[in-house]
Amino acid sequence: MSALALPQHSAFALARVVATHQSRDVMRKRWVLAYGLGLAASGDILLRLAGNGPSALVSLLNVVLLLVPLISLVLGAAALYGARDFTELLLAQPIPRRALFLGLYLGLTLPLMAATVIGIALPFALERAITADTGPTLLLMLLVSALLVGVFTALAFVVTVRVTDRARGLGAAILTWLAMGVLYDGVVLAMATAFNAWPIERPMLLAMLLNPIDLARTILLLRLDVAALMGYTGAVFRLVFGSAAGPGIALLALAVWLVVPLWLGARTFDRKDF
Amino acid sequence: MIHLSNVRKRFGSSDVLRGVELALTPGRVTAVVGPNAAGKSTMIRCILGLTRPDGGRITMPDGRDVSEPAARASIGYMPQLPSFPANLTGNEVLDMLDALRPDVTPDDSLLRRFDLQPELDKPVRALSGGTRQKLSAVIAFRYRPRLLVLDEPTAGLDPLASSVFKTAITEARTTGVTVLLTTHVIAELGALADEVAFLIEGVIRFAGPVETLLQVTGATTLDAALATLMQPRRQPLPDASLLYGRLGGVSAPRLRGAFA
Repeated sequence: MSALALPQHSAFALARVVATHQSRDVMRKRWVLAYGLGLAASGDILLRLAGNGPSALVSLLNVVLLLVPLISLVLGAAALYGARDFTELLLAQPIPRRALFLGLYLGLTLPLMAATVIGIALPFALERAITADTGPTLLLMLLVSALLVGVFTALAFVVTVRVTDRARGLGAAILTWLAMGVLYDGVVLAMATAFNAWPIERPMLLAMLLNPIDLARTILLLRLDVAALMGYTGAVFRLVFGSAAGPGIALLALAVWLVVPLWLGARTFDRKDF
Repeated sequence: MIHLSNVRKRFGSSDVLRGVELALTPGRVTAVVGPNAAGKSTMIRCILGLTRPDGGRITMPDGRDVSEPAARASIGYMPQLPSFPANLTGNEVLDMLDALRPDVTPDDSLLRRFDLQPELDKPVRALSGGTRQKLSAVIAFRYRPRLLVLDEPTAGLDPLASSVFKTAITEARTTGVTVLLTTHVIAELGALADEVAFLIEGVIRFAGPVETLLQVTGATTLDAALATLMQPRRQPLPDASLLYGRLGGVSAPRLRGAFA
């Protein structure tokens, strides 16, 4: 009775079931609450120190670019490793693997996106700092932060489905975050210095497209028009695309960064032996 | 019948399953036994669709391959270590799994027999190991499965719950449910199993009724019989055809030829 009727139920409906319950579990995790509150507290302190203008947003940007990928990737991976046994129980249920993957992804990502967006927006709302000057930039920051959550939880899925051992997987997640969030711009700058006699604008542009954190930074700094904070790759990006088309192109590239790891994770999950 | 036909699985250079042939009879409890690293877990994971065999087929009674999600609708699975989202309540876990099988009216009889309802409003993290094990058992039986896969099911259950659970298995058997069981507790195996599938080095060395196993090995107890099967052979064991003749009435495919 049940087995034969199952194909009538769409994979999306089954994914939604998993996503709904998983997100309920994730939303109740203490670290998710602590993360949202931490972001809100940072925003509040920066608003008090830097005033209500765009400078508070610039300062908050650095916190966001460091914290959002770290939490999404490392704690996201830890949560996925923690749920592995239950995932195996779900795999033994009548649900296609792709639908299960989508449900698990949305179940982790949506609560983290919500915590991020609320954590960033709340102090601005409470301090009545959303003005015509800061409002559009804040909105863009919320969009970019949500995209970063999506990108880095997708990367967390890639890590956890590819690396079975939890300790090694978490190590890989931390290294990925360190490489993208901390070391990348320094390495690019060193390369640029070493090869400054060569026409390296295009390789530099490629280097920026290869790092979602760089992309996010560039999108927001192009909007804020703060050239000094842009970093080497960002400066090249503005030189090539200009401030008008630049954010759109970078947003598109960030969307690609969302889709590619998601596709890779789903493909690996689909073929994986548990 | 649930058929495993020439199921093969290799991990790297290790041949874990080397052509497993097994037929699981409806209304019978089959215990999968064998030494460590014999391939038992891999075989069970293949049946559940968690691991994809490199070759061969595993088919449900309706002919569906277990890799099809719909085939898994008729499987109830109880893992050795139950694990549920810690921040969901037991009721929320059941709601989630119910929603994955919207056409099935859940069977709450085991839930009632365990008297589990009062615990189901608590978050899973607040439940004891035994209560989680009961919840896991309830889930395995809840969707009226045709195949029950039970991995060390009574580990962690108190004697009363264990007794209730064994009764549930016996009742399921009488309604034609196929039960596949792994256990290291010989007493449990003796009490529950109708058949034994002995797996060693990735092949089934023996598959047949418990009584046949005792007769073939000449042992008087199950643990002695299993120990005999695990011993390296100095001389070949009787040919299957001789065994069939000697034992009369045992269906041929259920005894694996030369005992390796």
